[in-house]
Amino acid sequence: MTEPTPVLSVRGLSVRFLMPGGRRVAAVTDVHFDVAPGECLALIGESGCGKSVLASALLGLLPANAQSAGEARLGDLDLISADERTLSRKVRGRLIGLVPQSPAAHLTPVRTIRSQTEETVAALAGIRGRAAVRDAARAAAERAAFPAGHLDRHPHELSGGLAQRAATALALVGDAPLLLADEPTTGLDRDLVDRTVDELRRHVDTADGTGRGLLMITHDLAAAERIADRVAVMYAGRIVELADAASFFGSPGPRHPYGRGLLRALPDRAFTPIPGLPPELGALPEGCAFAPRCDRATDACAALPPVTGGVACHHPVPGSDVRAAEDVHA
Amino acid sequence: MLELRAVTAGYDPKAPVVRNASLAVAPGEAVGLLGPSGCGKSTLARVAALLHRPDSGTLLLDGTPVRRWRHRAPREQRTAVGVVFQQPRLSADPRLRLTDLIAEPLRATGRREEAPGRVAELAAAVGLTPDLLGRRPHEVSDGQLQRACLARALVLRPRWLVCDEMTAMLDASTTAALVAVVEEYRAATGAGLLAVGHDHTLLRRWCDRTAHWEDVTGGTP
Repeated sequence: MTEPTPVLSVRGLSVRFLMPGGRRVAAVTDVHFDVAPGECLALIGESGCGKSVLASALLGLLPANAQSAGEARLGDLDLISADERTLSRKVRGRLIGLVPQSPAAHLTPVRTIRSQTEETVAALAGIRGRAAVRDAARAAAERAAFPAGHLDRHPHELSGGLAQRAATALALVGDAPLLLADEPTTGLDRDLVDRTVDELRRHVDTADGTGRGLLMITHDLAAAERIADRVAVMYAGRIVELADAASFFGSPGPRHPYGRGLLRALPDRAFTPIPGLPPELGALPEGCAFAPRCDRATDACAALPPVTGGVACHHPVPGSDVRAAEDVHA
Repeated sequence: MLELRAVTAGYDPKAPVVRNASLAVAPGEAVGLLGPSGCGKSTLARVAALLHRPDSGTLLLDGTPVRRWRHRAPREQRTAVGVVFQQPRLSADPRLRLTDLIAEPLRATGRREEAPGRVAELAAAVGLTPDLLGRRPHEVSDGQLQRACLARALVLRPRWLVCDEMTAMLDASTTAALVAVVEEYRAATGAGLLAVGHDHTLLRRWCDRTAHWEDVTGGTP
């Protein structure tokens, strides 16, 4: 192996929710992926495909009716089997920094950004003494490009972009090797999206090459294209394609028909939706979950497709070796 | 014609968020209004949908000036405009099943008997299955709920549609699907559209023309 040791290594992760009446919802099924230091992996898919459940599983924040199986290794710690004490004292904030979906809602509304940042540096960086905490908080804000003049504001007095930076500042305080960003750009306008993901990228790229890993969960394909090194496409709780971002968004393009459908739906591409709706996670079909919406579906799709070459499909779009004809017409 | 003339509107009369905004949408035309977050474009959309009384200026609906707003507006004017908001969770009554959510405007205007047929027709158009129609908002995804909210906006067959960041919370495929539903409706009925948003790529693709906030407000901040 020439690859560096991954920051996060997920193997066979599954999450089931037990519902009243004995129903089981398969939110995440048999997920495998790695995040390397200095790498950004974008996890993309339609809403309701299990992306956020996966994030909650990594942080140990699943509700009580969830059962998880498999492994998610961060260093020598398995996040899935770790107890609450380990998760709260070692993992959250220290090993995984969370950049939340809605920063304005994530921040405590009745306290100023300064007060929250000071509490965070005191708790995570172990800084003592009023002056030292104050300086550390200012430095933490500066790292995320949060203007010092706004530190004494409350969350509702901040614009979306500044609230995002405040939340990012808090996520960075613990110097966690893994950043987990759950839909960090939802509802922001395009310029703000670009700025937010560029800033996230900056925290992944460090000069010495021993950077953090970033797992970004998003349905914003433009944001993913801007920031990601690799892309994992999730559909109905499974990762159906894991590909290099450049080849996924450029040439030869996605190999799984679902990934191709997602890109075709973009307004600067064909702007045609994938027909139908994603399946209910509580009633998944036996075989390929995408088959009912897929124009390449055949009888073979009644069986679950194995993952070969990073794609879980019985008839993926041919890869780079034989792609020429297909892409010219697409 | 849906015409906004020199509209000034806001929440504090001393500091209105919209100043002197003018914009017209012709019948059958799709106009995209582009602007950064917080510029006041949603407030202007609310004025166009008769949901917010402006401090000054006029809204003309097919030549008739609007004099009363919100629930006080005459039904004929109120039902001429269909609205879809950004956040389906905040614009759907959590107690209603999707089928009742879609039928609510019919019920509110005393046309309850049309509901079964119209809901079935619209559910098929927006891609909601009978199973989903029987659920309440917390049991469906954002995308599914926004499909229901779009069906609700179309249920009275409005001549004007106002879509305020309709797709900001949605993924690419659901966005394309909902835009296709709006365009099918417009092709069938000749309705005009005011689509408000910040996504240049989307609105340029979707609309006949786009207007920038600075142009609409004549450059006044």
